[in-house]
Amino acid sequence: MSVLRPLDKLPSLNTATILLVGTEDALLQQLADSMLKEDCASELKVHLAKSLPLPSSVNRPRIDLIVFVVNLHSKYSLQNTEESLHHVDASFFLGKVCFLATGAGRESHCSIHRHTVVRLAHSYQSPLLYCDLEVEGFRATMAQRLVRMLQICAGHVPGVSALNLLSLLRSSEGPSLEDM
Amino acid sequence: MDSYDASESTPRQSTSSRPEDYFIGATFLQKRLESVRKQTSFIPTPPRRKIPHCSQLQEDVDPQKVAFLLHKQWTLYSLTPLYKFSYCNLKEYSRLLNAFIVAEKQKGLAVEVGEDLNIKVIFSTLLGIKGTQKDPEAFLVQGLTLSPRLECSGTILVYCNLLGSSDPSTLAFQVAGTTGACHYTRILSKSQLPSENREGKVLWTGWFCCIFGDSVLETVSEDFTCLPLFLANGAESNTAIIGTWFQKTFDCYFSPLAINAFNLSWMAAMWTACKMDHYVATTEFLWSVPCSPQSLDISYAIHPEDAKALWDSVHKTPGEVTQEEVDLFMDCLYSHFHRHFKIHLSATRLIRVSTSVASAHTDGKIKILCHKYLIGVLAYLTELAVFQIE
Repeated sequence: MSVLRPLDKLPSLNTATILLVGTEDALLQQLADSMLKEDCASELKVHLAKSLPLPSSVNRPRIDLIVFVVNLHSKYSLQNTEESLHHVDASFFLGKVCFLATGAGRESHCSIHRHTVVRLAHSYQSPLLYCDLEVEGFRATMAQRLVRMLQICAGHVPGVSALNLLSLLRSSEGPSLEDM
Repeated sequence: MDSYDASESTPRQSTSSRPEDYFIGATFLQKRLESVRKQTSFIPTPPRRKIPHCSQLQEDVDPQKVAFLLHKQWTLYSLTPLYKFSYCNLKEYSRLLNAFIVAEKQKGLAVEVGEDLNIKVIFSTLLGIKGTQKDPEAFLVQGLTLSPRLECSGTILVYCNLLGSSDPSTLAFQVAGTTGACHYTRILSKSQLPSENREGKVLWTGWFCCIFGDSVLETVSEDFTCLPLFLANGAESNTAIIGTWFQKTFDCYFSPLAINAFNLSWMAAMWTACKMDHYVATTEFLWSVPCSPQSLDISYAIHPEDAKALWDSVHKTPGEVTQEEVDLFMDCLYSHFHRHFKIHLSATRLIRVSTSVASAHTDGKIKILCHKYLIGVLAYLTELAVFQIE
């Protein structure tokens, strides 16, 4: 299957799966380790991918949340993300996709302007999170946040759904239509 | 948005007498202020900048006078506005700064073996290094070597008294200046007498300028002089001492200006777009690949005419450079490199760009090679400095 769809598989009992897509393997691995260290009522599964489409030969569970990790130091990761976004079904963008920009702390190393990523997240109507994944403390905090978001997207938190969360995150910054 | 287009157009009207003037779009601060007033979130349109035209140098600037600014490696700093600075007191400032340097030396804080800190400082204005009439005049601080006679004038008299018999037609003094060891003399000839006109060698140069600093000039009050860009060439210790004096006297703050890879690629595109009669240097890029145990550097040199041809094929709107054109220009270079070497340069970090117009390093070092585009290069650097201050 070349396009990821959110509801084409049945969910497994008490399991939440997150897919991290990005070119920086080391950072993704560290983030995955931090997430697995968090204690959480549901069972967590973290999948890592360099780009989409995912190979269809592997049997994988239903993916609840996709996080695209963009490294502001390299244009290559931005291009990779843009190409991978074509392989995600539109119904995923109802709260089950999130963008994570890393590397904003070291301004002198940045080769992508911050506003490029802001515009990308805005055009896909998805939240954008900033985190310097190289710093241990920030990574642990971001892992906590992602685990919480994942639980909501998998439906394990009663009363809150992914779409609910999306509208909550968006109301604090609503760009006016003339800007876009 | 119409409202900040209107605010952009007012600075333009003041320069309408020179229609080919180089101007840059509204800074982020202006746009941010607009959006805060309207309480909307801010997502800016991609910046557009004008290519510098060669007729930028104002008529009253002599190319010979600015020739000493070219072909030298300058370290960049951004500077907050100076409080109560006046162009009439430059001699006074020279005197105060010289006294400060002498005091610092006597404190013995900036001691380096073999380092000669005996500099005498002169302030002077640099005429013509400005973008619009509203910009403050640039001024220059030069550190010249002191003649050794001036420094030891006190000890000579003492030493002659100790000797007893002294021939008034010759000078005798001991270079080390310690008391007690008076059996060693050095007799120098009369030609060592100091003359008022003797020019010392320039050891340290620093200059302050502001090109098209409209956004900062509008926001500060009358007492402040805005010269956001400071360029220094010379020993680091001298820069530190002189910087400390300026910070104490004018309540300003220096911070080193680093140029990130995004701005370096803009510079590469803008400088390649400049029309040159003949090219003095090849266009060269340097990337740093972070990999353990030590980083790898990739250097990519292009013939300047080929780079110009590539730029002309990418360039659509006459007289203006847009973000898409810069990205396309760099992507062409990256894909060409990838086709031959299978390395994704976009995953590495650009650290140095050098063209026939100027060359820039990410640590904030710049060397300007062409006097025609001096103002254009400085204008972009001023924009970066202003952005850092804000």
